[in-house]
Amino acid sequence: MSVKGRPEREYRSAQREGHSVITAVATFDDAPHYGALAAIRWGVARDLRLALRSRSELAVQILFYVIVVSLFPLASSPERALLAALGPGVLWVAALLASLLSLSRLFASDFGDGTLEQIALSPYPLPALVGGKILAHWLTTGLPMVVLAPVLALQYGIEPYVLNVIVLSLLLGTPVLSLLGAIGAALTLGARGGGSLLALLILPLYVPVLIFGAGSADAVRAGLSASPNLSLIAAGLLIALVGAPFATAAAVRIALD
Amino acid sequence: MNLYQLSSPATFYPIAGRLAPWFAWAAAICAATGLWIGFGVAPTDFQQGDAYRIIFIHVPAAWMSMFVYIVMAFWGVIALSFNTRLSAMMAQALAPTGAWMTFIALWTGAFWGRPTWGTYWAWDARMTSELILLFLYFGVIALRNALDDPRRADRACAVLSIVGAVNIPIIYFSVVWWNTLHQGASVSPTGSKMNTIMLTGMLVMSFAAWFYAIAVVLWRVRAIILERERGSAWIAALPGLARA
Amino acid sequence: MMDFLNMGGYGFYVWGAYGVTALAIVVELASLRARARAAEKLAGRDER
Repeated sequence: MSVKGRPEREYRSAQREGHSVITAVATFDDAPHYGALAAIRWGVARDLRLALRSRSELAVQILFYVIVVSLFPLASSPERALLAALGPGVLWVAALLASLLSLSRLFASDFGDGTLEQIALSPYPLPALVGGKILAHWLTTGLPMVVLAPVLALQYGIEPYVLNVIVLSLLLGTPVLSLLGAIGAALTLGARGGGSLLALLILPLYVPVLIFGAGSADAVRAGLSASPNLSLIAAGLLIALVGAPFATAAAVRIALD
Repeated sequence: MNLYQLSSPATFYPIAGRLAPWFAWAAAICAATGLWIGFGVAPTDFQQGDAYRIIFIHVPAAWMSMFVYIVMAFWGVIALSFNTRLSAMMAQALAPTGAWMTFIALWTGAFWGRPTWGTYWAWDARMTSELILLFLYFGVIALRNALDDPRRADRACAVLSIVGAVNIPIIYFSVVWWNTLHQGASVSPTGSKMNTIMLTGMLVMSFAAWFYAIAVVLWRVRAIILERERGSAWIAALPGLARA
Repeated sequence: MMDFLNMGGYGFYVWGAYGVTALAIVVELASLRARARAAEKLAGRDER
């Protein structure tokens, strides 16, 4: 039998020892702990499982990225120097567009069937739950783009030392795209205008990431160091890691009220 | 009157109506004075000729475009913290004026850049981030129009404007942080490198822009109050409404 | 007077800038007046 949340013999022994009953029950060791890490793990695991169930949807999004990147050499002259100059920018713009397209599946289906409301009601911290979902989104959207970039860069004849920088910039930048995009996705849940509205809201926030991401490659091509641009992306990533889950959680609660 | 009473739309509506004309007249007087200084008194610039006179519109508009966004984000913070309707209505009223100021800053900047730098536009840090600011304003306005529930729109637009507020320091400090085509800061709290008459004209025009913005925003928030609070008893009791 | 309009050869740019600014102000005020009129009409109709 437990008294005031503690096993009875502990309570009685504390009494005998002369501790006041209040201090004897001051700690609630068996109170459940709703930690952030557990919430993040749950969010990632669930969303990854759901995403991998509809593998064709993921494949479609990755294919979109591949196709967009492949369109530009067809549209412009196949002159090597021009393509090598265009390449980083195209890879980055395609990453932005692919990210925008994939954001709808972050919250929309959960919102539609009431799961999101249950998630918001959970005792686990909502920013952590949302952070887990964002991580899963990046793993299924951003990470494939980082992995595919070297292959796609072949079409543009990008030099290897530039390629390294592109991959690094995408590795740092695509999480930022997922984080910022999640804020927009949560704000526009159930709103009219759908994807276009999301694009209008998010693209101004994406533009600095694009500028520094593509800029890092341009800097290296010009013989300068990429570290200023990459540092700025990394700084943006740190700020987004801290701020975006909270902003997204606030936006989710606003959408659910 | 207790300051908190001002947060009631019913109390604020007539006060805004009485204040707005004063600011409108102040704006007109400042504008007339500023333009007289700018065109009548200020000398022709040695390097830029008379093209520099665009500064009397461009700089005030640019300052206001950033300032209005900060004020809009401020009212967003207040609306989220205290759940007050009028704070959100103020934020709603500020967005269109801010967008107009940004547009004027971009347009006059382009028309100033063409004769002096040789190009209407360059993708440098300040111009790009000012353009981003215009899209941020459009985003806030679009989100407002896309959400049917006005209270949800209040909170969502508040969150969005707060997130976008990170762009304002970038615009302002861009000329310090990057080697950029746009000229550096000529006016700072410690002093100015500009000719005194030109500076005076610019400051007077800045006040004109500020008073104009206040007047327009007060008028607009009155319209918003009527739109959102209609059906209230105090509105029905207002004299002078056009009865349909 | 012609000097004033000519602005030392930069007339197009100066008046292009000021003209569009004046236009923007007029458009903003006009649309605001239309919005206020519509709001007043709606509010007048909805009295309980």
